[in-house]
Amino acid sequence: MSSSDIRTVELNMGPQHPSTHGVLRLILKLNGEKVENVSPRVGYLHRGIEKLAENMTYQQFTPITDRLDYVYSMNNNFAYASSVEKLLGVADQIPERAEYIRVIVAELDRIANHLVWLATHALDIGAMTPYFYCMREREMILDMFEEICGARLLYNYVRIGGVAKDITPRFMDMLKEFVKIFPEKWKEYDMLLTKNRIWLKRTKDVAVISKEDAINWGLSGPSLRGSNIEWDLRKKKPYSVYSELDFDIPYYSEGDVYARYLVRMNEMLQSNRILEQCIAKIPDGPTMMDDFKKVSKPIKPPAGEAYGYNEVPGGELGFYIVSEGKNKPYRMKIRSPSFIHAYAIPFAAKGYLISDVVAVIGSFDVVFGECDR
Amino acid sequence: MLNSKVLDALKSQFNDGIIEVSESCGDQIVEVKNDILHDVLKFLHDEQSFDYLLFITALDYPKREGKRFDVVYQLRATSTFDEIRVKVSVAEDEEVESITDIWVSAIGDECETYDMFGIWFKNHKGSGGEGLRRALMPDDWVGHPFRKEYPLKGDGFSDRWAEKYLPKGQRHQIEHTRMP
Repeated sequence: MSSSDIRTVELNMGPQHPSTHGVLRLILKLNGEKVENVSPRVGYLHRGIEKLAENMTYQQFTPITDRLDYVYSMNNNFAYASSVEKLLGVADQIPERAEYIRVIVAELDRIANHLVWLATHALDIGAMTPYFYCMREREMILDMFEEICGARLLYNYVRIGGVAKDITPRFMDMLKEFVKIFPEKWKEYDMLLTKNRIWLKRTKDVAVISKEDAINWGLSGPSLRGSNIEWDLRKKKPYSVYSELDFDIPYYSEGDVYARYLVRMNEMLQSNRILEQCIAKIPDGPTMMDDFKKVSKPIKPPAGEAYGYNEVPGGELGFYIVSEGKNKPYRMKIRSPSFIHAYAIPFAAKGYLISDVVAVIGSFDVVFGECDR
Repeated sequence: MLNSKVLDALKSQFNDGIIEVSESCGDQIVEVKNDILHDVLKFLHDEQSFDYLLFITALDYPKREGKRFDVVYQLRATSTFDEIRVKVSVAEDEEVESITDIWVSAIGDECETYDMFGIWFKNHKGSGGEGLRRALMPDDWVGHPFRKEYPLKGDGFSDRWAEKYLPKGQRHQIEHTRMP
């Protein structure tokens, strides 16, 4: 046994570790404080959602998608609905008002997710104050969702063919109020962290990911945009009404934890911009497809398969649905960004200190409801 | 919609290895033979700029004549946004060549496909050089849950505790709304 072997220590991190945002177990091989290898173990929250999907109708599965990443349930509903619509071939029949409502709730949910992410990520690294600031604004968004669908966490609001019900005038007032005050509140988080010397020390030049690696590791969403890739499905493959809206894709070239932090911070402001335009542009009209029968009775899509995807706050959430012409899918595969990000942690964390592993997990925004399915 | 250049290049490179080219809901599907799968994916990655692996999964057709499983690879070119789905049929005892040497993101998906369907990927290499293992189920689990014959619920044994321990008023036969 050489001297280097003697120094190597194996350490279990998790599954019950406060910084793993759920139940992630990492087996770390350490040389001193330096991480030599990481082996991720996931699956502690496995519920067999893909198997459940094979045994229920298409509409019955919509509330189950809420339980994927429970922090951005609206986006999960939206991604699932648009995948089934692609399979049915009715994607162009969705009324415009329904599409605008979908975009509004999706972007609100994106802000809510990024607020939770910022709160917990900062908490992991040691900054406690942002947590209280972020939860304050998230509360406003949850109140808004409660107003339109009655639920605060698992919404089941975006349905196949449209949305469950129309938004209320009170919701619009709350939305206008939120859009007005949010940039001011955003400055508070920015002031707390962006130029904070401790924050910079903990996040700058940590877990640097190059452009080629980011693509090869399958990263998506903000984690990919931190590595100098201007890549957003809302812009590159516009679905819904995103092609009519004006927004930028924030991306940074550094590829470290700080770059991914900046991407998410700026995305919140871009979402706010989208919301402003939606308030001005939202038309009147129905919120469900005219040909309601197509989506109200048990759906029987023609035999075939489709892969539909959306840009959700965590990355690219896709549903690969195989139909055999029956009222239940033959197989449904959920392409979850968190699962792929969890398997990218070893590559990102190798060679850094053990305290940086916490920053890496936070910067990928891994949530285990979605990772383990 | 995939441009036909990629298909032509594939056909000229592997003329008799490609079984079928089809389309469904705007997605292009290419079915290939198992022995050239690794070469096809490497060709698509190196020469046709399909640099992004979206997912790997499998489909189970227990009643189909011939080979039981389809392994599905969904690829994307980040420069052109073309997408292609490569399918390969494998029998229950057949092995598939691992592609972790091309895409690192295949590690998790291959482990999951093995875990859920029992399809073995040979030459699989994890982040620390370790081999294929179960991704979601415990290491000592028996069986592969996403196979069609795997039951959706248990044998009822686990439900008996309710009759035994619940107070009288709450005792009732547990009804499962969705039978497998």
